[in-house]
Amino acid sequence: MMRKPLLWLPMVLGLGLFVLFYLGLENPGQRIINSNVIGRELPEFSTQVAVEGVEPVSSENLRDGNPRLVNVFASWCAPCIQEIPVLLRLRAQGIEIDGIAVHDRPADISRFLAENGNPYRRIGLDNEGRSQLEIGSSGVPETFVIDREGRIVYQHIGIVTEQDIPEILARLGGTG
Amino acid sequence: MIAEAGLAALWLAAALTIAQLALGVLGLRRAGEGLAEAIIPVSVLQALLVTFSFVCLVTLFMRSDMSVLLVAANSHSAKPMIYKFAGTWGNHEGSMLLWVTILSIAGATIAAFERKLRTDTKVATLAAQAAIALGFYGFLLLSSNPFERIENVIEGAGLNPLLQDPGLAFHPPTLYAGYVGMSAAFSFAVGALVTRDVGPEFARAMRPWILASWIFLTIGIVAGSYWAYYTLGWGGWWFWDPVENASLMPWLATTALLHSVTVLATRDGLRAWTIMLAVLAFSMSMVGTFLVRSGILTSVHSFAVDPERGVFILGLLVFYICGALALFALRIGTVREGSRFDLVSRESALVMNNLLLTVILVVVLCGTLYPLALELANGEKISVGAPYFNAVAGPLAVILMLILAAGPLLRWRTDSTKKLVDRIALALVSGAGAALLLAVFAGDLGILPYLGLVVAAVVGVASVAPLWKRNLRRTPLFTWGMVIAHLGCAVSIVGMASESAFTQENLVAMEIGETQRIHDFEVTLEDVREAPGPNYAALEAVAVVRREGAEPLRMVPQLHQFSDPVMQTNQAAIETYWNGQLYIVVGDRSIGNRFLMRLWWKPWVTLIWIGGLMIALGGLLALLGRVRRDIVSRKPAAPELKGAPA
Amino acid sequence: MMRRLLLAIFLLTAAPLAAQDYAHEALADPAQEAAAIELMDSLRCVVCQGQPISGSNADIAGDMRRIVRERIAAGETPEQVREWLITRYGDFVSFKPVVKPATWGLWLVPLAALLLGLVLVSRRVRLRRN
Repeated sequence: MMRKPLLWLPMVLGLGLFVLFYLGLENPGQRIINSNVIGRELPEFSTQVAVEGVEPVSSENLRDGNPRLVNVFASWCAPCIQEIPVLLRLRAQGIEIDGIAVHDRPADISRFLAENGNPYRRIGLDNEGRSQLEIGSSGVPETFVIDREGRIVYQHIGIVTEQDIPEILARLGGTG
Repeated sequence: MIAEAGLAALWLAAALTIAQLALGVLGLRRAGEGLAEAIIPVSVLQALLVTFSFVCLVTLFMRSDMSVLLVAANSHSAKPMIYKFAGTWGNHEGSMLLWVTILSIAGATIAAFERKLRTDTKVATLAAQAAIALGFYGFLLLSSNPFERIENVIEGAGLNPLLQDPGLAFHPPTLYAGYVGMSAAFSFAVGALVTRDVGPEFARAMRPWILASWIFLTIGIVAGSYWAYYTLGWGGWWFWDPVENASLMPWLATTALLHSVTVLATRDGLRAWTIMLAVLAFSMSMVGTFLVRSGILTSVHSFAVDPERGVFILGLLVFYICGALALFALRIGTVREGSRFDLVSRESALVMNNLLLTVILVVVLCGTLYPLALELANGEKISVGAPYFNAVAGPLAVILMLILAAGPLLRWRTDSTKKLVDRIALALVSGAGAALLLAVFAGDLGILPYLGLVVAAVVGVASVAPLWKRNLRRTPLFTWGMVIAHLGCAVSIVGMASESAFTQENLVAMEIGETQRIHDFEVTLEDVREAPGPNYAALEAVAVVRREGAEPLRMVPQLHQFSDPVMQTNQAAIETYWNGQLYIVVGDRSIGNRFLMRLWWKPWVTLIWIGGLMIALGGLLALLGRVRRDIVSRKPAAPELKGAPA
Repeated sequence: MMRRLLLAIFLLTAAPLAAQDYAHEALADPAQEAAAIELMDSLRCVVCQGQPISGSNADIAGDMRRIVRERIAAGETPEQVREWLITRYGDFVSFKPVVKPATWGLWLVPLAALLLGLVLVSRRVRLRRN
């Protein structure tokens, strides 16, 4: 048996494969794709005016020295409605939130905000998903934490719930 | 009543399987006590019972007996009969029952008809079959009873809309038949290891099972590829998606096994390697099933995914495969090496064929699982797709094809290089001619398509060379099979290479009434309208295609939008010509008053699947040829066979 | 009702402004378009995941195609565009694996298998000649 160790190689490889499968089952892969821009210099982008009289979002005005949240949403996105109350509460605590509406229309955005409340200070319209691609966002809703220098420090994918508030606050606070 | 009868038959079959296993083990220990002989009727009876059980389930589905949970959850009384029938295996429990039914029928066939094997090897083989079946019986009876009743009779939930496609309804049974054939080969290998009886008789007994399994696997891949081509709507026929790879891996292993078993049967060589490949091929079919069912890899093909059952399948995998590999390590040292051969010989070509197929298998396996392994190791997410597989497996496949061209022209045991060159000269000349013509006239096609077309020219000529100067009427059927299968490889490669090199695409937004050109067709968009479907909303475009010297033709691509689950499928409109296909897809939106259309001209694309079917046909001819020769050669030696059931 | 709604959605998601929309329409230069298509076939749609962006109907896949065509038209090489997307979404977005120490195994494992096989075969062939 020990004279021909090579003969045991297939079994060892087979076992290795099955260990891999077992680990794969136990740790289901994350279906989400995290942004790769986290911690890096924010790429240049700008958005269009979404609501008359409200300043749109751009990489430039994200670098104005205030840490804040950037929420990627859309008026046609049902889950986005669910997180508005939580965002409103965050805003009431003095946290600045900018919104980017993707693949949307100004009239729909205005109606959406009128019906559900408006947690945003700036709102940008991005019909071609350019800003979304620039910050590495892959869907709606997503919420990014931006630090003083305008860098993304954290990305929250999906609806922001009550349970997510401490984490988001900590990330915001951690930006100094 | 039917459900209860089915369940009872299933329990009985499981009990008989235990008896089958016990008789096998005891029979081998105490030879000559008549225990071993009893295994044959037990195997047959077991198969009859489980078949009865499966027929019960089919009946329940066809009668839409909604008091059975499985039927209620997966069928609907208003469905067409064909989908009620196919619905039997369109779910987890039913597909497991089908699996074990095919497995048991295979076991019974071995028990009743196999006469080449030594008795003890046959008994060990049947015991191994019983061990495999037992795992599936245990799973069915203990955790996924297909006959479970429900209290409140309701209307059924229906079948996944995607599965309501005639091609897809019969795709799973085809693959299962292939996988189960591999389990038979696996059982033969385990049996031969147990009794240390690895030789030509063993190889000849195993070969028909490998061939049959290989035919089904080939058809499964060809059909799956064409289905993806016409329903995913991006014009691709192979994407190197994990689910596709899962079906390719057992095929590669089985193809290698098919060739190595020929060496074992003819020259008594490659003993250990053939055993190894039999285990590998079965492992890959199980691994494939596991990968598809467990959902641990990201795939475009949506299937019912069930992680808990994945753990169970995994447990079975570890038990069977690691057990067999341990047996291999312990026993194979005592199996003598087998006959010798020269560097230039048919054995040598077949060994290289095996080596390359195995390395391609390693490439596919490694590329498919690497992202999973890396993510588990350090959380990094990567993708491995077509660019990797084409670049790494492509050149290996080109070399493999050259060996394929030479192999059948070599003599067994020893041959001379000079004679080989004489025999293959014409093929090489035609390859050189193709290389020259393409370089001069075809422009830049990309390196792999270019090599593919050249190699196809070589293989195309070389593959029919074994028929030269032969009396065609006396050429054995299995030689015809080999020639047709090898020619099929060349045909398929021509299709693949020209699809990738010469496809023309016109991606446009068209107004109603607008005309666009693609290849030598003029396509006019006449209308875009709603087309109500039974369980989906659909948009269809009416395009009129004109071509010089031909009647105008209407083509109607559709876009289907399902609401439960939310998904879109593109039904491409495809028109087949002798030299290619016109492929039209309608997009899901408009730009202003212009509608998105994708028009493709895909020259020779059909050759991909025609070649694939030729490969399967070659396998079928080889199988018929082998079986016929077995029967002919058996008759004088075993006259008592006349009374046996045929 | 449902059907009407869906058709409305099909038709109204239109971006009425753009004359030429590179999310859905080809580049004028066939060579550039071919390069763009080849690249798009090897980029993963970030929402549908299993599909390449060339075959996906998702909005964001269209956005990615637009970026790819624009950058190719502006003279960038396909690999530069791939790099642009990887910078934003990580290696997962590219079906062509990035060569780096963590991915060397993709090439080393098959190479090891090939070498092991050749050693086994050559040892046997030499034996046969004795």
